[in-house]
Amino acid sequence: MSIRVGFASRSSRIGMAASAVALVVLAAAPFWGGRDDLQLLSQIYTYVALASLWNLLAGYAGLVSVGQQAYVGLGAYLLFGFAILGGVPPLWSIPLAGVIAALTAIPVAALVFRLRGHYFAIGTWIIAEVFRLIASQVSVLGGGSGTSLPAHIVLAIASTRQLRDFLVYWIALALVVVILALIVLLLRSRYGLALKAIRDSELAAACNGIDVQRTKVLVYIFTAFGTAMVGALIFFQRLRVSPDSAFSVNDWTAFVIFITVIGGIGRIEGPIIGTVVFFALRQTLADLGTIYLLMLGAVAIVVMLAAPKGIWGLIVERFGWQIFPLERTVVRDTGSAGAAKRA
Amino acid sequence: MNSPILALDKVSKHFGAIVIADGIDLALSEGEALGIIGPNGAGKTTLFGIVSGTVAPDSGRVLYAGRDITHISPAQRCTIGIGRSFQVPLPFAGMSVFENLVVAAAFGGRRREREVYQGCMDILDRCGLGEKANRRAGSLTLIDRKRLELARALATDPRVLLLDEVAGGLTERECHVLIGLIADIRRSGVSIIWIEHVVHALLASVDRLLVLHNGAFIAAGDPHTVIKSPAVMEIYMGIETDV
Repeated sequence: MSIRVGFASRSSRIGMAASAVALVVLAAAPFWGGRDDLQLLSQIYTYVALASLWNLLAGYAGLVSVGQQAYVGLGAYLLFGFAILGGVPPLWSIPLAGVIAALTAIPVAALVFRLRGHYFAIGTWIIAEVFRLIASQVSVLGGGSGTSLPAHIVLAIASTRQLRDFLVYWIALALVVVILALIVLLLRSRYGLALKAIRDSELAAACNGIDVQRTKVLVYIFTAFGTAMVGALIFFQRLRVSPDSAFSVNDWTAFVIFITVIGGIGRIEGPIIGTVVFFALRQTLADLGTIYLLMLGAVAIVVMLAAPKGIWGLIVERFGWQIFPLERTVVRDTGSAGAAKRA
Repeated sequence: MNSPILALDKVSKHFGAIVIADGIDLALSEGEALGIIGPNGAGKTTLFGIVSGTVAPDSGRVLYAGRDITHISPAQRCTIGIGRSFQVPLPFAGMSVFENLVVAAAFGGRRREREVYQGCMDILDRCGLGEKANRRAGSLTLIDRKRLELARALATDPRVLLLDEVAGGLTERECHVLIGLIADIRRSGVSIIWIEHVVHALLASVDRLLVLHNGAFIAAGDPHTVIKSPAVMEIYMGIETDV
């Protein structure tokens, strides 16, 4: 009896169709939305990307980093450095920043991978602080107070402000799509099998032939690559960079952890749901000031108590849905088996 | 006799003041099935940890096919042919039962993913999990999780199979099926060490029985003789030996 193995399920077919429709609608946003809408959507995309990458790191590889702002800031500073010092067009700087960050992550990994668990978390934070202090020493990029992207570089991107807004928006959308697509492909590959196994049980993964440490290092490097590209993009949108904003633990790690945890850690859909919830809360409550942060904390506590695996984790347990086709499903070819029996 | 496929050479391990292994010597011949019994806390599972590489011994050596493997990683030990099941099942809970086996076969067996699909399905059928291939492993009952432990260890294509209490909780009929499966595995040339409290399953399957107590083997030899020895009777006093 032969078998067939595929990835798609009914829920993933619906999910992918819905995603395709959403992508078309979002790609057309410049034609239906205002400038504020585009900026808000771009911000949502960057958080979906950051949270998806952090989820890969913490949710799958079990590497709880509190220092991913190191790579957000590195990407940002690389983009500004290339543009101001080398005259590299910002668009080219984004992938370039990713590659350099990935290379930087190799020696950093050699250092922080000597630490485990909580120590790893603290270690990554310290590395990020070191990055911030180094950035504040680069006087040609404004030192501690930061710098702006020179006008001639901004003008070279597109002739009108409106066109620039559109371009930046599409780049943000393209980047989040590319990052999500890469994560889906990664999780469907052999490495994805290893990652999911490590997520579920490191001990069993090791005893089934998976080189756990090597897999984790590769994920760490990949995550640095993606995170730095997102960082470069965020500060390209802002046109201004400073050490405190680029290496902010609050903006680039604390919120990202919040998003991933309430959305559903260790599930690719989690960060997307989490970002939507986070921005819904922010848009409705941000005017309240400090109370807003208290309410974020309260939401996090409620979700952790009521649904420890996040909103999507609850849905998976209840319905077994998957938006992205990641799970291998095996189907027996009963037709041929029946034929063989008759013969 | 041929040189053993797996050997422990004066292996010792203690956690604080508690001695878990006290200069243990052990030799498993190719094709042999060895049973290990002993009271709870005797150090049986730790012994598997030392063989599979998840527990580092304080002293002594682990030899596999004549090679010193004391210092190589659990993953490497799996890929060279040491497969292990866990006493407390450790399924990859968020993956399907089928994917659990694909992981074991592709990584433990060092093969390309597509080449292992059919073999994985065959193993699932043999272990009684064929109909549950697409279920999430986390949704399985305890008995099915134990079956999955055995199936996953088999999927790594081992030459030495370490079974840690795979019969516990099975009904009489299921136990009978398991004994048949173990006999099948033995016929395919796999050597086995089996830790078990269900003694009659061991007696039906193994060539030699060892009794572990306080980190040392206190009896060894023909299963039916060992189980009736005074030393075993004393340790198991008051405990149903199920003979």
